[in-house]
Amino acid sequence: MNELAIKDLLYKLADDQLILGHRNSEWTGFGPILEEDIAFSSMAQDKIGHSLAFYTLLQELGEADPDTVAFTRNANQFHNSQLVELPNGEYDFSLIRHFLYDNAEIIRFEMLSQSSYEPIAKVATKLKGEVKYHVLHANTWIKNLGSSTEEAILRLQSSLNEALPYALAMFENSKYEQELIDAGVYAGEEAVKTEWLKRIQAVIDKTDLKLPDLATIEPKFGGRYGEHTEHLQPLLDEMAEVFKIDPTAEW
Amino acid sequence: MYGGGNVFEATKFDDVQVEDPAKLEEFEARIARGEKIEPTDWMPELYRKQLIRMIEQHAHSEIIGALPEGTWITRAPGFRRKMAQMAKVQDEVGHAQLLYSAAETLGKSREQMLTDLISGKSKYSNVFNYPAFTWADSNIISWLIDAGAIVNQMANAKGSYGPYSRALERICAEEAFHLKYGHDAVVHMATGSPKQREMIQAALNRWWPPIMTFFGPSDKMSTHTETLMRWKVKMASNDECRQQFLDMYVPKIWELGLTVPDPKLKKNMETGQWEFTEPDWDEFKRVINGDGPCNAERLAVRRTAEERGAWVRRALLNPKAKYVRPLA
Ligand SMILES: [Fe+2]
Ligand SMILES: [Fe+2]
Ligand SMILES: [Fe+2]
Repeated sequence: MNELAIKDLLYKLADDQLILGHRNSEWTGFGPILEEDIAFSSMAQDKIGHSLAFYTLLQELGEADPDTVAFTRNANQFHNSQLVELPNGEYDFSLIRHFLYDNAEIIRFEMLSQSSYEPIAKVATKLKGEVKYHVLHANTWIKNLGSSTEEAILRLQSSLNEALPYALAMFENSKYEQELIDAGVYAGEEAVKTEWLKRIQAVIDKTDLKLPDLATIEPKFGGRYGEHTEHLQPLLDEMAEVFKIDPTAEW
Repeated sequence: MYGGGNVFEATKFDDVQVEDPAKLEEFEARIARGEKIEPTDWMPELYRKQLIRMIEQHAHSEIIGALPEGTWITRAPGFRRKMAQMAKVQDEVGHAQLLYSAAETLGKSREQMLTDLISGKSKYSNVFNYPAFTWADSNIISWLIDAGAIVNQMANAKGSYGPYSRALERICAEEAFHLKYGHDAVVHMATGSPKQREMIQAALNRWWPPIMTFFGPSDKMSTHTETLMRWKVKMASNDECRQQFLDMYVPKIWELGLTVPDPKLKKNMETGQWEFTEPDWDEFKRVINGDGPCNAERLAVRRTAEERGAWVRRALLNPKAKYVRPLA
């Protein structure tokens, strides 16, 4: 198996989860109800834990250690989708993003748990149970708020419209897409996307929300290869603020 | 986290007399026998009022206490600290949730308690009106403020009100982890690079005066605690808690090669008591009453969170909202 292709996949997985985990953690102390503070913090801990698992696989393939990789790269070296780096905004945006992201993530984890590349299969199998709970959390809240007050429905609809161009770009193809598919690593981004659409549509159908016509939406590609919004670098600077005081120190 | 909250607003004791003497006698006998009082049991109004105040202030202290350390979650250095800091602060929010539920059993709603917090009507632990300037400040809080909280909460866990005492038992178990985490982080700083040592000493210097006020004013200065002690609402005096804390932690601080910024601090071997510079109780009162370095900011954050989240709570209360049970 082409190691570059595997690394490419691992970076994408790890970076998505690190950055979204970081964003989720920003809700601590600010949630609309205490239970949501706690839920977003739990998901943040899971996501960052998952990213660490994938950075550890990268280290086994010869990349630097997880702390160095996570805390010292610049934005243009990150492979996350732009969706996860966007600021939290109001709770409706964070919830919609969580819904769109985790419904894709669970599919990737399901596929990867069957992967021909055993180290990834092992990690995905071990962690997919946690992602399942993230999906349950997102779907429950979307169904609940998405069929409640007019104000909630309006907010969620406008956040959904705003997030979709970024969400569709989660499925930006890898340089090694065909190779990964041929080698049985997983079925590839188009397959993830098809299944994702089915699943989010099924949830949205149970609410007063509407999925816009996706054919008219231009996905915000680029994140997978270092093109990011102006929001990522400040996030990384903040994340590394203490670490960079002395990168050789043990904190 | 919590400390001293039950003393700075002493309840007026004139109301005790209006209670039915027979019921009051039975109530006090139950407490003397070590029984727990449960939500539906008869209790004096004053007992109820004092407990609501105390548990509510404790809950507020957890949720406001999450803020100074919370600001360091996104900046925690390295995976290990980032994960632990998130889990630690999350626990504090969880403590608030648990405590608001305990207070609700006495008849005050969470929404009302949060409203009173934001309006400034009810208080929270005064130490959280001080800023966590650096990562090291956050470490000192995790270690020493949590240590103080444990001293306080272990005592209160033996109190007479069932729901509060059970909540405190669960909370203390988690606080023990916080203490370990905080100590580990401080050890790394204190035994690390010169820069790290300098950071942690500076943080200790900043936090020592607030820490010394954590358990509330000296017993000489607080009044009317006998009834609360008899009812097992207040379980240990402020001075006892402070002495116990100093006994347990000053040696550990010295062990790390750190100095305590109080030249008068020493244990008097004859009395067995720690001697120290009397904390500035005027400043303590000034800060509690709103004039501290972070009071406005802390409440503003809470107020903003409540305002921004109001639409979610309205939506949840809406009769149209179907509660969707997550089916695994
Ligand atoms: Fe706590
Ligand atoms: Fe936790
Ligand atoms: Fe704690």
